[in-house]
Amino acid sequence: MTSSVIIEQLKREKILDLLNQGKRIDGRGLHDQRSLSIEIGVIPKANGSARVKLGYTEVITGVKIQPDKPFPDLGDKGILICTAEILPLADPKAEPGPPGEEVIELARVVDRGIRETEMLDLKQLVLIKDKSVIGIFVDSSVLNTDGNLFDACSYAAVGAILSCTVPKYEIKNDAPVLVEGVTSKPPTKTIPVSVTMARIGEYIIVDPTADEEACMNARITITTNSDGNICALQKGGSDGFTVEQLFKCSEIALSVGTKIRKQLEQLM
Amino acid sequence: MTQLMNENGIRCDGRSIDQIRNVSIKVGVLKNADGSAYIEFGKNKILAGVFGPRDVHPKHMADQDSGILRCRYHMSPFSVTERKNPAPSRREIEISKVIKEALQPAVILKDFPRTVVDVFIEILQADGGSRCAALDAASVALVDAGIPMRDMVSACAAGKVADKIVLDVNDEEDKEGQADMPVAYMPNLGKITLMQLDGILTPNEYKKCLETAIGGCKQVYEIQKKALMEKYFKNGEA
Repeated sequence: MTSSVIIEQLKREKILDLLNQGKRIDGRGLHDQRSLSIEIGVIPKANGSARVKLGYTEVITGVKIQPDKPFPDLGDKGILICTAEILPLADPKAEPGPPGEEVIELARVVDRGIRETEMLDLKQLVLIKDKSVIGIFVDSSVLNTDGNLFDACSYAAVGAILSCTVPKYEIKNDAPVLVEGVTSKPPTKTIPVSVTMARIGEYIIVDPTADEEACMNARITITTNSDGNICALQKGGSDGFTVEQLFKCSEIALSVGTKIRKQLEQLM
Repeated sequence: MTQLMNENGIRCDGRSIDQIRNVSIKVGVLKNADGSAYIEFGKNKILAGVFGPRDVHPKHMADQDSGILRCRYHMSPFSVTERKNPAPSRREIEISKVIKEALQPAVILKDFPRTVVDVFIEILQADGGSRCAALDAASVALVDAGIPMRDMVSACAAGKVADKIVLDVNDEEDKEGQADMPVAYMPNLGKITLMQLDGILTPNEYKKCLETAIGGCKQVYEIQKKALMEKYFKNGEA
């Protein structure tokens, strides 16, 4: 216990020391992301799936599509639900059980990024208005943690949605029935890309690792769409940002996001 | 669908684009709490109570080097049009977390190791922007409880309605509008401690929206100060 605390302290000092020289502990530039690999179609039984590796952070997302009842106040729209879970095998500190506030925040930030950019045209998923719609369930499981779960889950969710095929349903006797062998592409309008940044001292770094997250003062996740607009944002961590820092973060999110979007576009 | 803004730039509740709703704050409204505040922010009616520093339960949450801050944002079942299930929803858990993180930079708990400061927020009636109003009440309640603080935390949202950046988004504007950006700000330190965004903004609108929200936070700050003065300096001392 004590030894790990000492190691943490030494690591923290090293990280701060390197930042003062403009360097990061894994050799990256301040605004560089770790290498990102996205593999799609990894779960054939899902309607869409993706496995993302962002450095050592690893996430698998599956999309399931099935008919459902619409939300009472949104009868003219299909359902989109994004969830996230940190599996107990992902981290020695993770435990099975109901999700804690961190995991709930993770799922809601991923959901907000996809929902607020209007990535999916949910109006195209209505079978009978107010009665029956198609539901898109996007479930992300974290397989290994090394910081920045927000972006890893978000890229996996977007990748899984882009790669999914939507089964066709017909209404017979007021109930939706699957039409075998007919599928279509998902009604996507834009590609959301989230970029998470940490502030350590006065430095803004992109894509923090777990060690960097342990010494960050504050965190921000900004999601942009294909038109270069800012669509969703979440500040976290136990300290704040100045206005100038937030302006800078939005610029970084746009420029880093463009590169990631190119990688995601290749999945289509 | 209601019309959100008329041709003269007047909003559905009669405000101009840079006007906040009526805000009133009362300090020290709960007898048993160490600090408390009641806020009315438009139609929002919110109580905040602070307890502590006190013993931590469960004990494993205690920090040997500092006090900890906990926060619960909860909506009463009767606070919204359709009855809300009283069990904490995922939305409430997330808001509790962001409110805690917005207050954390302001409080100084180093001198109270192994203790907790609990902030309980009850939304008695919800209108748009309840998390900001809740934060405004909570930080006044923390001051009332005598918790050492670096600065006040003042919160207000801005958003995009009918293609214009507007201050302090209300319920109708939140539901039908184009973007909502809640912001919490420490006015003397110039630091943003809560920020979220739902909706689509261009980079320029993003900057304008943030600046507009901060303007609102500064207005709320004056109201918070006045409320505290009323309780603590009633007889004209100060």
